[in-house]
Amino acid sequence: MKRLINQQPGKVLAAWLGVLPFVIVVVIYLVASDMRLAENPDDKLLPSLQSIGDSVARLALEPSKRTGELVLWADTISSLVRLGLGIGISALIGLMFGIATGAIPYVRANLSPFITAISMIPPMAILPILFIVFGLGELSKVVLIVIGITPFLIRDMQLRVRELPSEQIIKAQSLGASTWQVVIRVILPQILPRLINAVRLSLGPAWLFLIAAEAIASTDGLGYRIFLVRRYLAMDVILPYVVWITFLAFLMDVLLRVASAKLFPWYGRTEGAKA
Amino acid sequence: MSLIEAQNVGKVYGDSIVLERVNLKVKEGEFCTLVGASGCGKTTFLKMLLGTEQPSSGKLMLNGKQFPQEPDQDRGIVFQRYSVFPHLTVLQNVMLGEELAGSKFLGRLFGAARTRAKENAKAILESVGLTHALDKYPAELSGGMQQRLAIAQSLIKKPKILLLDEPFGALDPGIRADMHELILDLWKQTQVTIFMITHDLKEGFYLGTRLLVFDKTRHDPEFPNAYGAQITYDIPVGKTDKRIYEEINQATHLDPVDLKIKAEKNAAMGN
Repeated sequence: MKRLINQQPGKVLAAWLGVLPFVIVVVIYLVASDMRLAENPDDKLLPSLQSIGDSVARLALEPSKRTGELVLWADTISSLVRLGLGIGISALIGLMFGIATGAIPYVRANLSPFITAISMIPPMAILPILFIVFGLGELSKVVLIVIGITPFLIRDMQLRVRELPSEQIIKAQSLGASTWQVVIRVILPQILPRLINAVRLSLGPAWLFLIAAEAIASTDGLGYRIFLVRRYLAMDVILPYVVWITFLAFLMDVLLRVASAKLFPWYGRTEGAKA
Repeated sequence: MSLIEAQNVGKVYGDSIVLERVNLKVKEGEFCTLVGASGCGKTTFLKMLLGTEQPSSGKLMLNGKQFPQEPDQDRGIVFQRYSVFPHLTVLQNVMLGEELAGSKFLGRLFGAARTRAKENAKAILESVGLTHALDKYPAELSGGMQQRLAIAQSLIKKPKILLLDEPFGALDPGIRADMHELILDLWKQTQVTIFMITHDLKEGFYLGTRLLVFDKTRHDPEFPNAYGAQITYDIPVGKTDKRIYEEINQATHLDPVDLKIKAEKNAAMGN
């Protein structure tokens, strides 16, 4: 018998093992839900799959009586637009400042302490300020996401730029490159896949800030809906929304990973070669 | 006039003296190999020639003028590793030099200029034997091929001086022999002035025209950094014999056992 650390599951078995925890959670939920509903058919805490399915069908397929919109899709679009804007703006700022502070000592000396200090501010603590300054509209929600994840992105990009071997920067200069050309031909293309990785890591915090902002002041969005129906203990809406949000986050992560592999075929290999 | 002239050049880091009283004149077209024990300042000297380090004292001159304070296209460089760009294919790596010169803002060429740069790059890649790998990324190449690429990439700028910092240190002995032939060929073709650091005394003995040995002449056992290294031997290659080889070997402790350990270390570190 080999040691446990040397035993590898086959492909099929590995897939089954991966699925198993999901199945267990679903089964536990169904059993618990059944038990509670058997005791009290009006129980709201653990609704049956049937009532969850009805709620999802109502939210996704029937126009709302109040606004005439399909609620689930309208919420999804509002949230994704906010999230997309927030992450896009953060990524752009992170890239620009990360490269500037990483590559140019004068900029680093000038801005690095400031960025480090800013990144220590808990974003939720300044949410009231954002609402006061930017109002309760879209802007303050996007700004919260930007404030929440940009410092991390800048600092991560700065570190990644500085990790590039100095030999490469010197080599580029010996080929006649100016500072700008070093940035645009050597640093930027090598930093982009690393930016995608950093964005993937910041998806979790971005969703957190989005839902927090929507919960506090909004009239639509996935986070808004969850906190709205909380008053009626509508677990039949909250649970599918949580699953849906999780699925969207997972999908964004996969899309970014696939895009990175397609756009930067050299990237994975260099990591291997460096080790 | 000599291309490079060093007068009493010294280098001090904090309170440790790395180089002292280095005097040297090098004419255009020479091929100098730099040998010496680890930490004897030969890399520091190469960095001065590259422009990333400046002498703390003395005078270092290029064509009779003060040495440039940063790297530029007059001096090509090949490091032991990381000399090529991992995000560019073999062909793109070599084209980069011309693209940078031809396009200030984008650093990229288009149309006819691009085609011309491509042809030039292909020609030089043929001379280093990489025609079959034009569209590969460096990570797909062996160590020897990566170094060939790094040399081709530097030579396309037609630098006056080519600096090689242990370029073959991480390669197997067989491949190293191929690389020696290649570098000698290219040197004869281009007439470029070469400075090459090596840990392999034998390499220094038959490659090139001139052997420079860096070593400390004075030792203080209490303070190993109290004295810097100088150029202790400056020998035209060809006038060397077994006795001098043994003598230098003794002085610099570059004996084969050390070399073997070094090679193994390099092999473990590389790829």
